[in-house]
Amino acid sequence: MSFIRKLACAILVVVIVAALGANWFARADYATQFREAPNAPPSRAHLLGTDDIGRDRLSRTLYGTRISLLLAPTAALLSTLMAALIGGVAGYLGGIWERLAMALTDLFLSLPWLFLLITVRALLPLNVSPFVSVVVTFLMLGLLGWAASARVLCAGARSLRNSGLLLQARALGLHGIRLFAVHVVPNLRPILLAQFWVSIPVFILSEANLGILGLGVAEPMPSWGSLLKELEGLTSLGDQPWRLVPLVLLILVVTSFQVILSSEEVTA
Amino acid sequence: MIRRVSCLSVTILVLLGFAPGSELRFCLRNEPRTFNPLLVEDDASETVRYLTGGVLVRSNRQTQKLEPELAVSWKLSKDGRQITFQLRNGVSFSDGTPFSADDVDYTIKQMMDPALHSPTGDAFRSGTGTVNAQVLAPDRITITFPAPVAGLDQLFDQVAILSAHSSNKEKAVLGPFMVADYKPGSSLVLNRNPNYWKTDGQGHKLPYLNAIRLDIQPNRDIEVLRFKRGELDLINSLDSEYFDRLASTSANLVHDAGPSLDSEQMWFNQVAKAPIPDYKRKWFRSTNFRRAVSMAINREDLSRVVFNGHARPAIGPISTANKFWFNQALKTDAYSPDAALAKLQLDGFHLQNGTLRDAVGNAVEFSIITNAGNKYRERMAVLIQQDLQKIGVKINVVTLDFPSLIERISQSFNYEAAMLGLTNVDLDPNGQMNVWLSSSENHQWNPQEKFPETAWEAEIDKLMREQASASDPKKRKKAFDRVQQIVAEQAPFIYLVNRNALSAVSISVSGATPVILRPQTYWNIERLTITTETARR
Repeated sequence: MSFIRKLACAILVVVIVAALGANWFARADYATQFREAPNAPPSRAHLLGTDDIGRDRLSRTLYGTRISLLLAPTAALLSTLMAALIGGVAGYLGGIWERLAMALTDLFLSLPWLFLLITVRALLPLNVSPFVSVVVTFLMLGLLGWAASARVLCAGARSLRNSGLLLQARALGLHGIRLFAVHVVPNLRPILLAQFWVSIPVFILSEANLGILGLGVAEPMPSWGSLLKELEGLTSLGDQPWRLVPLVLLILVVTSFQVILSSEEVTA
Repeated sequence: MIRRVSCLSVTILVLLGFAPGSELRFCLRNEPRTFNPLLVEDDASETVRYLTGGVLVRSNRQTQKLEPELAVSWKLSKDGRQITFQLRNGVSFSDGTPFSADDVDYTIKQMMDPALHSPTGDAFRSGTGTVNAQVLAPDRITITFPAPVAGLDQLFDQVAILSAHSSNKEKAVLGPFMVADYKPGSSLVLNRNPNYWKTDGQGHKLPYLNAIRLDIQPNRDIEVLRFKRGELDLINSLDSEYFDRLASTSANLVHDAGPSLDSEQMWFNQVAKAPIPDYKRKWFRSTNFRRAVSMAINREDLSRVVFNGHARPAIGPISTANKFWFNQALKTDAYSPDAALAKLQLDGFHLQNGTLRDAVGNAVEFSIITNAGNKYRERMAVLIQQDLQKIGVKINVVTLDFPSLIERISQSFNYEAAMLGLTNVDLDPNGQMNVWLSSSENHQWNPQEKFPETAWEAEIDKLMREQASASDPKKRKKAFDRVQQIVAEQAPFIYLVNRNALSAVSISVSGATPVILRPQTYWNIERLTITTETARR
């Protein structure tokens, strides 16, 4: 394992532990408004200062990290499973099924996904709790983000379909689901893993984009998207540098995922 | 002695680098949609109309009183249907064509032509029938309307007079400036009108400025940055964040003129056919429920925390800044969660383990929608969320893209509560007829009622019609004072804050006295002067 990969793993571990231990590390609830101290600089009471309406920025960063880091992999898992189901099965079956699946994939790829997300979100029921809104946001990302992975998986399954390996297996009497489960899925695993890893930063950034537009996770629940929105009014890096912490975290985590992913690809 | 003082001041101004003339620069946030003053609907076109159009009367943005311009005097008939203007003599359009009553007649005919669909003309449409303009003499004209028009004389502040006889009608103006160059998407240059009729106390021809350059720039960050670099001279309608940022480095350049006419408010959906549960509709239609929510909101905190102190708790539909029309007897709902709970108990609401429940045990929870991207409204919603938590009410804040929001509040009515703002440019309450009449589309809490569904809405309808048909300002004021009182008692809109009018003026500009009414910084454009380029840097 290279030093860079070790460092990336260490960063992810530290960030995940800090996020999971938010209850212990945070000094205040993420929603509590200290209205006498809005926009306060770092102090003993608020190590990263407070936001525009006086909420402890450290608490919000920790809880926001927890939400983004737990739900982005969930959304990635959902989209990878959908991609495997649509792309993998279509590639394996070939013929009309492959053409139909690829037409559907092309349709999804051609959609302006950000506008689609905004439209879908506008159609959702209004009276949902912030927690449900978080889950819904990431579910939407997962359900709409499978198309690119499906195309890759379809190509992988197609090459397997015509391979000598499967020809030999068929000759030995393996067919249907058993053949798919024993030989196809294990051989697609490196692609599935790569697609899973590559989707995580994509979904983190997608949620951040929605958050910046004010359409992400509902208040008062924090997420990286809503935290990054705070940077909107920042004119220089020297102006309240502690506000850059969520951005630094996002860069570190996405870069770490990419480093690990590229190593996985080499290994695969 | 006075002459010596003025000579001395001119000398000092010259020594300091002030030179009457020069070019004033500021930004338009959008492309002007039209240069036809009768078709103005957007802010950018309104700016051009204000700077280039000559009007018969002008509402002084500082005193809020009507002053003569192209008309030296005017007389309103007792029934409010007729107005007679005595026009100023010796005035010419920018192309040299003389101004007369024919031009006023031509403008009125154009404005009231149904084929033109003039938004300016809409304000004058009072009933079925035609508007007659009768030229009594080259400097005297009478205009008669089919029905009384409320605040008729005030409405002429928006009517820029067109030329009836100029060969190039579009370019002939009576205002202080005229359009010289327009580069779509980039800039608009206005040059001084050499034939402008006004002079200053010493007999010097106005305006002092040679030109105005309007850069089309929708990005506020860039606008502020350019102002800081000295590339712009004015910024109107600053946000409180930009204001404080500028104030931290150059406190002498920013101006807080106090509460403006703009308000921020929330309301509950009371539409009978709205797809919301019946028990919630019952809450929203209860005056006690609405008043209790109003009492549980800490407006002082909204002003101080969300707007950094650059807003005032709102009292009612009319801002305290509207000197004549504001009902001085009104008081804002004092922040008191206890009083709110007491009010709720009158309707059978009760607290159970920290959750407010109605008489049949439903937990009080509702969603509030507002437009995504408006950080001030998002922050206000979050503060209100915490305020209402203190009386056991749970709010879900939902931010939506603007088209979805409008679709919900005006077509599907699929929402529970909404928060939006109202930009008011008109001092006269007649401009709010479309909000207060129960049959109106903009009667947001329950639009287009076939007949008033409550006694108080029926009373508002009656009072609004009364004030619209009366010509006596005192009678109109009395009727509208009662409207304000009913609105405060019934709280169909829960008014939150009035934003302050914030602006920035470069040190190079002399004579600017920013006010709350638009255009805040350049309302006295003819009398502004600017330093030379060297001094500007």
